[in-house]
Amino acid sequence: MTDQTRDIRMQVMWNRLISVVEEQALTLLRTAFSTSVREAGDLSAGVFDPKGRMLAQAVTGTPGHVNTMAEAVLHFIAEIGRKNMHPGDTYVTNDPWKGTGHLHDITMVSPSFLGADLVGFFACTAHVVDVGGRGFGADAKSVYEEGIQIPIMKFADKGAVNADLIRLIRANVREPHQVVGDFYSLAACNDVGHRRLIAMMQEIGLTSLDALGDFIFTRTHSATLDRIRALPQGTWANTLLTDGYDTPVKLAAQVEINGDQVNVDFAGSDPASRYGINVPIIYTKAYACYALKCVIAPDIPNNWASLALFTISSPENILNAPRPAPVAVRHVIGHMVPDLVLGALAKALPGQVLAEGAAALWNIHMSVRPVTGTKGKRAEILMFNSGGMGARPGLDGLSATAFPSGVMTMPIEATEHTGPIVVWRKELRPDSGGDGQYRGGLGQIIEIEPAPGHEFDFSAMFDRVNHSAAGRDGGGAGAAGIVALDDGTQLKPKGWQHVPQGRRLILHLPGGGGYGAPELRDADAQAEDILRGYVTGNKP
Amino acid sequence: MTAPIRLGADIGGTFTDIALECRGRMYSTKVLTNYAAPEQAILDGIDVVLAEAKITLSNLDLVIHGTTLATNALIERRGAKTAFVTTDGFRDTIEMRTENRFAQYDLNMVLPKPLIPREHRFAIKGRISAQGQELAPLDEAALEALADDIAAQGFGAVAIGFIHSYMNPAHEQRAREIIAEKTSAPISISAEVSPQMREFERFNTVCANAYVRPQMADYLTRLQARLKAMGAGCPVFMIHSGGGLISVETASEFPVRLVESGPAGGAIFAADVAQKFGLRKVVSYDMGGTTAKICLIEDCAPKTARTFEVARTTRFAKGSGMPISIPVIEMIEIGAGGGSLAWVDAIGRIQTGPESAGSEPGPACYQRGGTHPAITDADLVLGKLDADNFVGGAIQLSTDAATAAILHDVGDKLNLDAISAAFGICEVVDENMANAARVHAVENGKNISDNVMIAFGGAAPLHAARLCEKLGIDQCLIPVGAGVGSAIGFLKAPFGYEALASNILPLSAFNATVVNTLIAGLKATATGFVRAGTAAPIHSEITAFMRYVGQGWEIPVTLPDRAFTDADAEMLRSNFCENYARFFGRAISGLDGLEIEIVTWSVKAQDQRTKPNQIALTSGGAKTAHKLSRPVFDPSRGEFIDTAILNRSDLPPGVRIHGPAIIVERETATVVTAPFDVVMQTDGSLLLIRKAAQ
Repeated sequence: MTDQTRDIRMQVMWNRLISVVEEQALTLLRTAFSTSVREAGDLSAGVFDPKGRMLAQAVTGTPGHVNTMAEAVLHFIAEIGRKNMHPGDTYVTNDPWKGTGHLHDITMVSPSFLGADLVGFFACTAHVVDVGGRGFGADAKSVYEEGIQIPIMKFADKGAVNADLIRLIRANVREPHQVVGDFYSLAACNDVGHRRLIAMMQEIGLTSLDALGDFIFTRTHSATLDRIRALPQGTWANTLLTDGYDTPVKLAAQVEINGDQVNVDFAGSDPASRYGINVPIIYTKAYACYALKCVIAPDIPNNWASLALFTISSPENILNAPRPAPVAVRHVIGHMVPDLVLGALAKALPGQVLAEGAAALWNIHMSVRPVTGTKGKRAEILMFNSGGMGARPGLDGLSATAFPSGVMTMPIEATEHTGPIVVWRKELRPDSGGDGQYRGGLGQIIEIEPAPGHEFDFSAMFDRVNHSAAGRDGGGAGAAGIVALDDGTQLKPKGWQHVPQGRRLILHLPGGGGYGAPELRDADAQAEDILRGYVTGNKP
Repeated sequence: MTAPIRLGADIGGTFTDIALECRGRMYSTKVLTNYAAPEQAILDGIDVVLAEAKITLSNLDLVIHGTTLATNALIERRGAKTAFVTTDGFRDTIEMRTENRFAQYDLNMVLPKPLIPREHRFAIKGRISAQGQELAPLDEAALEALADDIAAQGFGAVAIGFIHSYMNPAHEQRAREIIAEKTSAPISISAEVSPQMREFERFNTVCANAYVRPQMADYLTRLQARLKAMGAGCPVFMIHSGGGLISVETASEFPVRLVESGPAGGAIFAADVAQKFGLRKVVSYDMGGTTAKICLIEDCAPKTARTFEVARTTRFAKGSGMPISIPVIEMIEIGAGGGSLAWVDAIGRIQTGPESAGSEPGPACYQRGGTHPAITDADLVLGKLDADNFVGGAIQLSTDAATAAILHDVGDKLNLDAISAAFGICEVVDENMANAARVHAVENGKNISDNVMIAFGGAAPLHAARLCEKLGIDQCLIPVGAGVGSAIGFLKAPFGYEALASNILPLSAFNATVVNTLIAGLKATATGFVRAGTAAPIHSEITAFMRYVGQGWEIPVTLPDRAFTDADAEMLRSNFCENYARFFGRAISGLDGLEIEIVTWSVKAQDQRTKPNQIALTSGGAKTAHKLSRPVFDPSRGEFIDTAILNRSDLPPGVRIHGPAIIVERETATVVTAPFDVVMQTDGSLLLIRKAAQ
């Protein structure tokens, strides 16, 4: 066979490997119980070589999971040890510092054996409904209050599930059936990947993935390197302020493009918080790499070789919070990392980088119960909602669209079947996009009332209430978020709060920043904004 | 009794196909689609087949029609000025979509515009709860005023979609009454068009229905009038996306059900072939000019899904189109056809499609101005097509032009010679199709290699053998009439209609009276539509879509067609658990404590068709000598092999030819790769059989 046809066969096998991880992810999507996985796609799945280097990931998946999972596999290999790995094994953890940054995410890794030979690993991650502790929120003082911790261990040993672990979990979480169901779904998803991989290797006649891995890594490495070398060299810095729990938090980054490497350092960021908004560095790294990749190499596949050229460093601070800092809602600050890094890149690449956006998802966790003395239903309900994305050079920002997260919202009709609440409004928020030659994406307005005879507590995990998304290159800021009751009571952007029977919680989600000077905006675009009611002329 | 004379007409993007079944023979033709007057192409094509069969329009007993016109109107946004009336607070549901980005790393991504712009969407107070109770009364005064505005502003169509209307349609029905008093524009309500949970999908579906309704109603009226004026006294029926027939009146009211009717015809065609040969497990593979469609057909009936996506805007990416929630034959469609263009991405990987050269300018080898390499160019360079005998010699293909295009866009960039580049292009497109087929099988809990493939469409026979190699499939049938498969499929379609309703019911609260009433209602709806077209006995298939409480994905569970008792809850539970285990390869243990619920109910009614005469597959034995041969590239060996060339029309039934071989016919060629033999069947079909499987 010529080298040329060999390369073509390698490419075909690479495509096949991607199809294998897609099947793996699909299995998880179809069997998962957690709303965040099944309706919102908050998951990841990937295949790794025996050294723990990511070969391919499913396109379904969110950056916070994919890029953390890529690191996590190395911890599993180190702690379990090759001699303790057997066919039929599955390993598990929810360690925030070795997994994906908070206890709610369960990561599972399974070795893949072809006969007696270890040929690779499958890994997957999903957010489960509950892990015990104080529930999903920012109020804990340390990780010990945030739920049950599962150090890296065996979920299944030679196919036999660890029954003691299952009993321990059942005893510690609020929705034991669903959580345990999700554990099994995760294990099943790796199993599907493993079976497909072995079928593929047997069909093609491969005994290892080494040659294919070399091909994938060599191609990816050189393409990414070409992009980095084409960038301006130097160091650029950026800072931004976020709401924090109760006092503003400063985030700082220096992006250094130096020859063959891009490094981001987070020195200068505020110290770790007393509340659960801290970010383990594994999660910071995931989102920093995501931002770099979006600008530098968006069309190059995400794997070990493309990630290896981006390095991250930070002294201990809120973006590198040490154990046992509370980290449950690490995504709020973590989702700000791309805006922080993009702000520095914008200085290196003027005219090429979008404005700031709402960034953090507006996740709301509601704990609904009947008012005392009446019969009704109890339920735990989680909703994912998105504000506006920043305007792009040449394009308006996307309204009510998740960025940097890759999740979807859930249908209101499905949410109302989950528990006794009524969502009276979920629609675009006029006038919330930052002015500019290109307008920022609009936020949205959501109104939620407990169903008659019920009340709820909710965990607020919101940002950009006191610090709006900045515009870029002369563009205006997006509107800040508002958290209130329908009687005008202002509520806090973070922490557990109460909504009594008969009252509505009203959320105004932030809009994205504008791009370019507003006076440069095209007359037709302005007329359309008025016609559609995206802009009313009455500023909020 | 003589068999009725039936005519099928399929309007596709490029061609309008006509198939006539008359006195036991099939006549067919292809004419170019006429965009300005689509009915004209049908009439032109009818003239051709009628003349061939020596009959007149008045001899026709039935005309069955399928068309992409509704799909095209959605893709090209050429529908009516439509008003969308919705629940206060949800004006932007169809614009906010799922709030995510279908391309994760592309910061310049553009979302498709909503079908109905914001200034034409009107919110009205009134609210139904998830349980179907009225939480707030409908604001009738506001509706009266809105109805005046709708009339005054000259809207051509109205869509109404309220939250939870699938549980209780009272508000939608009342709103329709009020608006209908002020305007003659047709009004569609979501509880009738798509009574399924999930507001974005349901609202978008009712909007799409309203949007294409005036145009489709006009067209169908015109077609009927022209046919009648020319002497055709027979009824016209339409094929819908679920693969059944409905009346023109129903189609005019629910035109969104016509979307994807062409591909549905293809699946019915394959199902009929499966029936004829008694094949229980089939994967149909339809590869045309721009896309490939793959569909699993078990027990001779394609499965239906409840939602699909049309009008994808960005490189055929999942999520870049709009969801339509109606019963549709479940298949996977990817941008891989004979005209799909090959290119090289940023890291030096060959990619194919979804951009297509179409029929104009066409692949480079057509020499009509196309300069980019298409799949057909690669097929030619590898020797799979005969340059001098394409479409019976009507189009002279240029191997030089194909080679130049392949070198320019692919070979030179990767330092590959033309043969290797062409091989790479074919391998990539075949692998993409194989991956799509594998994923489709997984989604349905099936193993792809257990199936017999039925391949049709112009490009499929060129790629089917290699696809079977990749999928581990041992047998592949290439039926007669494969070029106009969809139109022939129309003739085989039953009169059928599927009625669906979401109504969430936990098994612990299973109430036979409620269920029997619900199913009786669905059955009345479905059989009502079917009865309009047939006097034959009607068969109903009852399906419950079930899941564990807390899951978001339901799996279909088929139920017996009889009255239920409360004790049947146990039957549903065990059927569900059995299906669940099958879907995911093994039972997922640890779920015993979980509640199971039924989310959606479906009744699919169709008339019973007379079964086609059974034919046994023959594995043959007789050999035949070949006069011609030429070198053809063999993908598994990676080199050219001297390959026998035979004419399909010269082969007697039972003859078996060892691969590698190429069986040529007017519009395409069947490539028999080295691992396969080919056997001529008694009805003229070709059967590929893997050598090892003898």
